[in-house]
Amino acid sequence: MSVIGIIISGVLINNFIFMQYLGICPFIGVSQNLETALGMSGAVIFVMTIASAVAAAFEQFVLAQFGLEYLRTIAYILVIAAFVQLVEIFMKKALPGLYKALGIYLPLITTNCAVLGVTMLNVRHSYSILMSTVNGFAGALGWSLAIIIFAGIRERWQLMDIPPALEGFPLALISTGLMSLAFLGFSGLFKGLL
Amino acid sequence: MSEPRRSLGFDFIKGFIQENPTFALAIGMCPTLAVTTSVENGFWMGMAVVFVLTFSNVFVSLLRRFIPDAIRIPIFVILIATPVVIVELVMKAYLPAIYEVMGIFVPLIVVNCIIIARAEAFAYRYPVMNSLMDGLGIGAAYTVNLMVIGGIREFLGTGQIALGSIVFPSAPFFEPAAVMLTPPGGFITLGLLMVLFRVTLGSKAKVEDHSKTS
Repeated sequence: MSVIGIIISGVLINNFIFMQYLGICPFIGVSQNLETALGMSGAVIFVMTIASAVAAAFEQFVLAQFGLEYLRTIAYILVIAAFVQLVEIFMKKALPGLYKALGIYLPLITTNCAVLGVTMLNVRHSYSILMSTVNGFAGALGWSLAIIIFAGIRERWQLMDIPPALEGFPLALISTGLMSLAFLGFSGLFKGLL
Repeated sequence: MSEPRRSLGFDFIKGFIQENPTFALAIGMCPTLAVTTSVENGFWMGMAVVFVLTFSNVFVSLLRRFIPDAIRIPIFVILIATPVVIVELVMKAYLPAIYEVMGIFVPLIVVNCIIIARAEAFAYRYPVMNSLMDGLGIGAAYTVNLMVIGGIREFLGTGQIALGSIVFPSAPFFEPAAVMLTPPGGFITLGLLMVLFRVTLGSKAKVEDHSKTS
């Protein structure tokens, strides 16, 4: 599979939210307005891309080397948690501007199943380190696309008269369902590439 | 750290309505949507969560006096990841077909917010027996939720419900809508069930607008 194929697949065809159900909690949790959605997107793209690379390297040089594949789950979650912590410390010191913008979203990312999910998918597809990184980036890009569109829709709810039983989560899920229906239309795209 | 006396029965039963993880608290959504294409998948996912949740609740509760506050989250994560690896290996060995269908969602139990939320909000504060009952109760309620959602989607999507080798009803009597098995069907089913839960039982549950946190 080519790099372009992975990117198109990650963003449109196998979109993390709409097709793979990964990262739903933060998707609904921080999509109240466009600004927080953009902040979270930045943090997710950054962490998912690098976490994919780190996890793939860890897989190749440590787990596969010593035949420890059965410890993958526990190893990955520790690698990701440690990595996110490291990024936070580093950012605070070296990039205070960026830290201010993304800081509050970083701890939330450890429990974002999209990050652990993409590293697991990379293993399933047996991607190389480079391909894993591209896949992580594409998945994060698709996730960001979804949350930004959704935040835009959600901002309009404030002007609407919503029945109390639907407010919050139920309406969010139903709208996501309708958006997901639209994304289902991409599933036939680029069959030859994949 | 206060330890009020609580009834064990209440700690078991509260997960079904007051603190229903899916419909009242709206946590652990990813697997709720991903594996509920049939009753059977829902059941096995639920069983996996019952085991992991009970295990992590008991150990968090046992160790709660020794866990330093500042690093409690990494410790919770390790206490959760251990039973997940056990479940993963057992499922791979004894239920390979189910394991294949659930794919990455078995290892992803590690980051299921229900488990870390119970560790943080309950097991870290209450005695072992209460935490055990809490784990079993919330887990059982979660299993029921997954089976209900799975049942609705399976029935509307395939026209029948298969439990092992028994298929009920044996032939579909309406045109099944395959869209129920796809992601949009999952989102909409869950959304509508949540509305139903709020309208019927909502007054008894502490429905939190969880969408403000994460």
